[in-house]
Amino acid sequence: MWLLVIALLIPAQEGKRLFESQCALCHGQDGGGGRGPTLLKPKLGKAPDDTTLQNVISNGLPPEMPGAWQLNPREVKELAAFVKSLGSIPPEIVSGDPGLGREVYAKSACATCHAVSGKGSGVGPELTNLGARRNAAHLREAIIQPDSALPEGFMLLEASPLKGPPVKGIRLAEDPFTIQLIDIAGRLHSFRRSDLKNLNKLAKKSPMPAYGNLSATDLDNLVAYLASLKGNQQ
Amino acid sequence: MTLLLLAVLAQSQVPFDRIANASKEPGNWLTYSGNLEGHRHSPLAQINTTNAINLKVKWAYQFGNQGNQTTPIVVDNIMYVSGPNKVTALDTRTGRPFWNWSRPIPGDYQSIGFGRTNRGVAILDDMVYVATLDCYLVALDAKSGIERWSVKAGDYKLGYSFTVAPLAIKDKIIVGTSGGEAGIRGWVDAYDAKSGDRSWRFYTIPGPGEPGNETWMNDAWKTGGGSTWVTGVYDTAANLIYWGVGNPAPDWNGDNRPGDNLYSCSFIALDGDTGKLKWHFQFTPHDVHDWDAAHVPILFDAEVRGRKRKLIANANRNGFYYLLDRESGEFLSGKSYVKQTWAKGLDDNGRPILIPGQDPSPEGTLVWPSLNGATIWFSPSYSPLTRLYYVAAREKASIYFKREAEFKPGTFFAGGGEQALDRNEEWGAIRALNALTGEQKWEFKLVSPPWAGVLSTAGNLVFAASNEGNFFALDATTGKPVWDFQTGSRINSNPMSFSIEGKQHVAIAAGSVLYVFGL
Repeated sequence: MWLLVIALLIPAQEGKRLFESQCALCHGQDGGGGRGPTLLKPKLGKAPDDTTLQNVISNGLPPEMPGAWQLNPREVKELAAFVKSLGSIPPEIVSGDPGLGREVYAKSACATCHAVSGKGSGVGPELTNLGARRNAAHLREAIIQPDSALPEGFMLLEASPLKGPPVKGIRLAEDPFTIQLIDIAGRLHSFRRSDLKNLNKLAKKSPMPAYGNLSATDLDNLVAYLASLKGNQQ
Repeated sequence: MTLLLLAVLAQSQVPFDRIANASKEPGNWLTYSGNLEGHRHSPLAQINTTNAINLKVKWAYQFGNQGNQTTPIVVDNIMYVSGPNKVTALDTRTGRPFWNWSRPIPGDYQSIGFGRTNRGVAILDDMVYVATLDCYLVALDAKSGIERWSVKAGDYKLGYSFTVAPLAIKDKIIVGTSGGEAGIRGWVDAYDAKSGDRSWRFYTIPGPGEPGNETWMNDAWKTGGGSTWVTGVYDTAANLIYWGVGNPAPDWNGDNRPGDNLYSCSFIALDGDTGKLKWHFQFTPHDVHDWDAAHVPILFDAEVRGRKRKLIANANRNGFYYLLDRESGEFLSGKSYVKQTWAKGLDDNGRPILIPGQDPSPEGTLVWPSLNGATIWFSPSYSPLTRLYYVAAREKASIYFKREAEFKPGTFFAGGGEQALDRNEEWGAIRALNALTGEQKWEFKLVSPPWAGVLSTAGNLVFAASNEGNFFALDATTGKPVWDFQTGSRINSNPMSFSIEGKQHVAIAAGSVLYVFGL
């Protein structure tokens, strides 16, 4: 049994070693991106299947990505398997009933801010493929303590114009001269910074209320429902 | 008519004297940094803090490829722009092309550790010089674009590659190579401008028997890196070329290369005729963070501690601003200009006083600045009017990882890498530093660490750009914004200024487009 485990692990270790020596310079040590794009996705846009991923590794994506021509087919396969594992959620057993969780989702008015498969609001993050990107522990934390489980780059802002009331919303875009945000009611706002008397960045804050008052069963069911959302995995 | 034609042709010659005296003809832009001192400063003053708000796009040119980094060269109403293995001559009055030249990129070419780009051309007499990704230096007829000669400088299959804008000095063309992540042995080359014959080569990693080789062990010098991928500068009176040298290889694992690893992460001063080293100054001895000195040095003269000095200045990728004597390489002063967490400061010789535990590690080590540094290849600017040093500064950390490094020619030889933090924890700024002390006079904040250079002008303006596509002008004295324009693309280039029929314009490449602005 141990021999089998070791035999299974060796390719993964080899793929990791190859990734760190040949890919991490651009894609980041954890695959989270840098000079090159993030690979922490359930499905890679330019390498959606195993064969394409292996071709991309071998031949590169001109003009920016060089091909790893020096790797033999076995090494390419191992590297591809490791890259694929970066954006995957390991299979896990999630307690709770997804069907009942869907009812909790509806009852809790989650669709006021979120959308699943085209239904709901687009103010907050779309959840259509959430279960392919996040594990159950993260989903549970995001429900109970939204402030501690924010998406990368998320920022809540309070913009106070020189004229008119302040606007609180989620940053959509920002540059040195302008800022664009969406408020909780779904209204889009765009300001020149010179037209603001104050711009308050509410770092590590979510506009989402904490749902710590859900019963343990409802929470399990809601997590199970969100974990089941595998979407189109793009 | 004949007389007029002769006059036009005569004007189009660019003898070296014109380049050496570039400030006397501010309507042209004759060398990568505008002048040989690396100032990227335009003496033109028609566009100023009062009227810059009226700047408008006058024409645009589509390159046909993304991420352009070229600085245009302008000579007598002709603008020369470059891309990867291509050059175009444009009419500055209409934006229309006079000619195009290109050279196929070999199918098996790989750019190892950098993008397929080109930062510009050089002009000298009647020829335009471009350095190509497949490591050729090519001379083109300035009027027709016909190729006069080409010379192979290095083997791209081993990682040698050109992205640099060549530098024309006297009768020579100077180039440096990319490839620091492939375990190359870097060099600076000089070629005869007329024939293409190589005049000299200076290896940035000294071989056995050469001074500096003792700073390498285990034959690590053979794969020591030391690329030279950003255009240097030239002191005409001293006949010295000043050039920045890149990181040692492998980048993040220094175990097999104990020692200072000269002349990596250094400025070197080379004799223009022979390529002999006059002095060196190493900013980051035994670098393990990829903080190569890939910078345009800035030369100016000033009084320091009661004595008139010839100076060379650099805001370095490692987070410190340095002032050196350019006759001797003597360290005069240094000061951090961004957040840095790896050194307590600099000692009397400018050597960093290290904080223990900041090297890359198997589990990751958080250090400021990031792998791409506090600033990098994109140009700073020096204004002789404000006597300020302007720099696009990056405030960003990396978690540095150390891994095994195995050398295979023509592949990554890096020994680790980085992991970035959440983008909410990084930002940038355009900063004005006292050129003598490095003290910050003002800053204009950016929402992300920039990847574009700056231009100062006699109109008391500083032009700069953002990752979010803004091209903008700041008051050079106060840093207050004066004008901005959304180009629609991340900007990875350096601005420049020139005249069209006596009227000042400003140009910048943004993504796939070259924009030219005027009043």
